[in-house]
Amino acid sequence: MNMRAPLARVRGHGSAKAGAHHWWAQRLSAIALVPLFLWFVASLVFVATADYATAKEWVSSPYNSALLILLIGALFYHAQLGMQVVFEDYVSTPWLQVASIILVKFLALLLAVVAIVAVLSIALGG
Amino acid sequence: MAEFRLPKNSVVQPGKTFKAGNGAKNTKRFVIYRWDPSSGENPRTDTYEIDLDNCGPMVLDAVLKIKNEVDSTLSFRRSCREGVCGSCAMNIDGTNTLACTKAISDIEGDVKIYPLPHLPVVKDLVPDLTNFYAQYAAIKPWMWTQSTPPPDRERLQSKEDRAKLDGLYECILCASCSTSCPSYWWNGDRYLGPAALLQAYRWIADSRDESTGERLDELEDPFRLFRCHTIMNCTNTCPKSLNPGKAIGEIKRMIAMRTL
Repeated sequence: MNMRAPLARVRGHGSAKAGAHHWWAQRLSAIALVPLFLWFVASLVFVATADYATAKEWVSSPYNSALLILLIGALFYHAQLGMQVVFEDYVSTPWLQVASIILVKFLALLLAVVAIVAVLSIALGG
Repeated sequence: MAEFRLPKNSVVQPGKTFKAGNGAKNTKRFVIYRWDPSSGENPRTDTYEIDLDNCGPMVLDAVLKIKNEVDSTLSFRRSCREGVCGSCAMNIDGTNTLACTKAISDIEGDVKIYPLPHLPVVKDLVPDLTNFYAQYAAIKPWMWTQSTPPPDRERLQSKEDRAKLDGLYECILCASCSTSCPSYWWNGDRYLGPAALLQAYRWIADSRDESTGERLDELEDPFRLFRCHTIMNCTNTCPKSLNPGKAIGEIKRMIAMRTL
């Protein structure tokens, strides 16, 4: 039986005085992804029909590899911010919520680093 | 996890049907959620056939007719019957609204009436609004000032500043918006919900209030404020045609602008 006043329950641990940064970062990365994806899809139309050597050469050009790395960074950064919100919304068991958020953040970092290393190895490895 | 299915003891079952009397030519069926905590039974939907030639134009008129003439065990809240008290908010024809301002003629087919969604039910159409009212109290809905008021008159406000409260002060706290919001369904214990946030913004927007910063501090929280994902069910459902979604957007913008 909960005899605590409803107001005490609503006030809880008080305001976290946080969340604005997360909200802003999510929107900023979304804005960045618009031109990056337009560029990426437009480039793929060309690269997908070219042979292996041309595709490799395309990745290794400085502008293309830089934009690819930016795309990978923005994509996984945005994805883990979004997934965190999904877990906070739908997973109400506290330990499971925290565990899911940790897992998705580590996974996003791992995949982003692997993808960036792949671009760099083509760009720098020749 | 968020619960997407009703627990076994909450599954709604078909209930009784009350026929309209002989001679009724213009009847409409009202299908109403019923639950009595003392019966130990599952909730059910009872069907009442109402003679519209002998009934007022609004859904509340029909519900009152049922209470007065057909089945006095039906429980619901009502008071002003003209859309200013917010007592008779319920889910009618799939939308949260006020029974007193919803015309029966606007509804095609059977009129289905349920209590406001995702709140504990006290009985029939009466939801438990304890948490909702505590959330309103939590935003401290009164003027916070440091400077002393003029000794001989009230605090002044220009006409332009007063106009900024239009679309905010009209809120009657009927809870239609908050209980239509999926974020409020899943996290209503920590998310303040559109009604309390619109009320919070009503004081932030008030030129006479001197504590905007403190108010924004209290709201800046991943759950209290940022659970709003701009779904806009609140604005769609508001029976007073207010825009809580916009008020929440303004709060987010103000919080973002003070760090940028």
